Amino acid sequence: MSLPTIGFRDELLSNLKAAYARMWVRIKGGNREATHFIAEVFLPVLTIGAYVILYRSLGLPSTLGSAVILGGAMIVFIYTGFFAGRTDSASLAALNGLIGFVVLGGVMIAFWMNVLWNMSAQWYWEKEMGNLEMYMVAPVSRMAILFGMSLGGMINTSIRALGILILGVYVFQVPFQLHDIFTASFIFLLTVVALYSLGMVFASLYMLYGREVWHTNQLLMEPVFFLSGSYFPSIYISAIPFWVQLAATAIPMTVGLDAIRRIAIYGGDISTVWLHIVALIAFILVLFPLARKALNFMESLGKKEGRLTLRWQ
Amino acid sequence: MKRDLSIETRSLRRLFKGVPGAGDVVALDSVDLSVEEGEIFGLLGPNGAGKTTVIKILATLLLPTSGEAYVKGLEVVKNAPKIRRLINLVSGGETPGYGILSVKENLWFFSQLYGLSRDGARDRIKQLTDQLGLDTYVDSRMSKLSTGYKQRLNLARGFINNPAVLFLDEPTLGLDVLSAKQLRTFIRSWMADGTKTVLLTTHYMAEADEMCNRVGIIDRGKVLACDTPQRLKMKLASRPSWKIEITPNIQDLDSVRTIQGIVGLSETSNIETGASTLKLVLEDESVMSSLLSKISQNGSKVLAMSKSEPTLEDVYISLVGRGLQ
Repeated sequence: MSLPTIGFRDELLSNLKAAYARMWVRIKGGNREATHFIAEVFLPVLTIGAYVILYRSLGLPSTLGSAVILGGAMIVFIYTGFFAGRTDSASLAALNGLIGFVVLGGVMIAFWMNVLWNMSAQWYWEKEMGNLEMYMVAPVSRMAILFGMSLGGMINTSIRALGILILGVYVFQVPFQLHDIFTASFIFLLTVVALYSLGMVFASLYMLYGREVWHTNQLLMEPVFFLSGSYFPSIYISAIPFWVQLAATAIPMTVGLDAIRRIAIYGGDISTVWLHIVALIAFILVLFPLARKALNFMESLGKKEGRLTLRWQ
Repeated sequence: MKRDLSIETRSLRRLFKGVPGAGDVVALDSVDLSVEEGEIFGLLGPNGAGKTTVIKILATLLLPTSGEAYVKGLEVVKNAPKIRRLINLVSGGETPGYGILSVKENLWFFSQLYGLSRDGARDRIKQLTDQLGLDTYVDSRMSKLSTGYKQRLNLARGFINNPAVLFLDEPTLGLDVLSAKQLRTFIRSWMADGTKTVLLTTHYMAEADEMCNRVGIIDRGKVLACDTPQRLKMKLASRPSWKIEITPNIQDLDSVRTIQGIVGLSETSNIETGASTLKLVLEDESVMSSLLSKISQNGSKVLAMSKSEPTLEDVYISLVGRGLQ
């Protein structure tokens, strides 16, 4: 019996096709309904407006206004990642609570929300829908699928964030001191890649989870908001205790957020953030292989325990 | 490497962790199966018999506790990635893909998981949607499809890579009679070149009888019989099969089962009329008098009774002692 053999090149091509297809599904699915896109871009701007007017009426520095514009972008991800379709008063109150003291970190919180709810929990959703079995039977690397999901999530989220940013800046005429756009963009990219790498690790670890996914994600949300400096610059103000600052730097979002703040709000350049860049690259180099190991481990465990495609656990 | 065998299991055993204090659950107990290339092999059994566990092990989704399993001569634990290039799996009742995408888009997506080229995917999608009656729905969102059409899409997904070995786990679940017939016709035409193999699980005995070259009857993790439907029925030829319609139904069916000479018994109740149909496989005709007497003792009346040629369902009843219902 002769069986077909497949070389490295063919295998790579096959995995790239799978990653592209999964990315395409996420982008296509996320943008199919025009009303969703419009709502996710325009509605957050209304909330941003309220905060900008509030801060201005209190006579706060204009930099805070800039931060609010950026922070408002997070709302779209909260909508898309968690609050989509939910209109109950508790959800809206939680949403409003989250944007209470949004500073520049709001953009990164937005990505964090997307990473948690649309990336980390993705295998769980796929399992609930019955798709995980189809992925597991397919002759492609699971990392290719995760990679495709990540790319799709990054692109979808960035499009919305950019839309809010442009619209917010245009409507409220908020100044930024952005002199080094290349470094800012590079750091933003590194931060997002590091965050999605972390999302891939979580996705792997969540693979065998049932409804615990919800609770775990809830547990991860608030402490990260606190530690990463979404409400205050946790590694920029010396009033924050050293050990809190130290703990905060273990989160890629904190590092990326601080670097972007230094460049976009305080007019810094690459010389002020080179250590941040090194740290973010280190995060990626550690988290990406870790995701692969975690994925293989959890898949093996799932096959051993019989929980890989078992729903309603 | 096993020649000419597409699927083989040897002493396959699988345990699942049971509830605390109850010990492990034996899902498969020393299962030996051999399925040749070109065969449609049916696994028949009630819920929890172990059918899906066999399929999941062969489809590389589950590890066996002990024993060996081979697909196209490749051992499933050591060669999972190679096996995945040769197989596909369709489970009945599953939602195939993403509701917001159209039929065509979903199929394109799955084609990319199997590395199909752009032209190859386009042609394959066209062919499958035509053959499975999905051609008028190619641009419809999956979420808008009826259950039956979703299942057709699920089947199209299973055939997208033209697998050498296809696992069909209750594939006609949710399909109407006509759609199920179309599917059976499609599978037979797909297998015409003799190089494809199908392992099918089903509750529908007539479907297994019509489609399968051979069937294995499995219950509580053990394969009780394995042969062609014709041979299995022939083995039962000496044992008369009876169908008796009674009213009202018998509450204590176990008391009937204990009658000496009853090999197997199944009951189908009609809620509207309150009548029941008993299907019985007997050691010989002499049991009938005791049986009728028991029915009478239970206060039931016999509405109709007929003797029939053994069916696959009778084989199942005689081996398992009860019906699938």
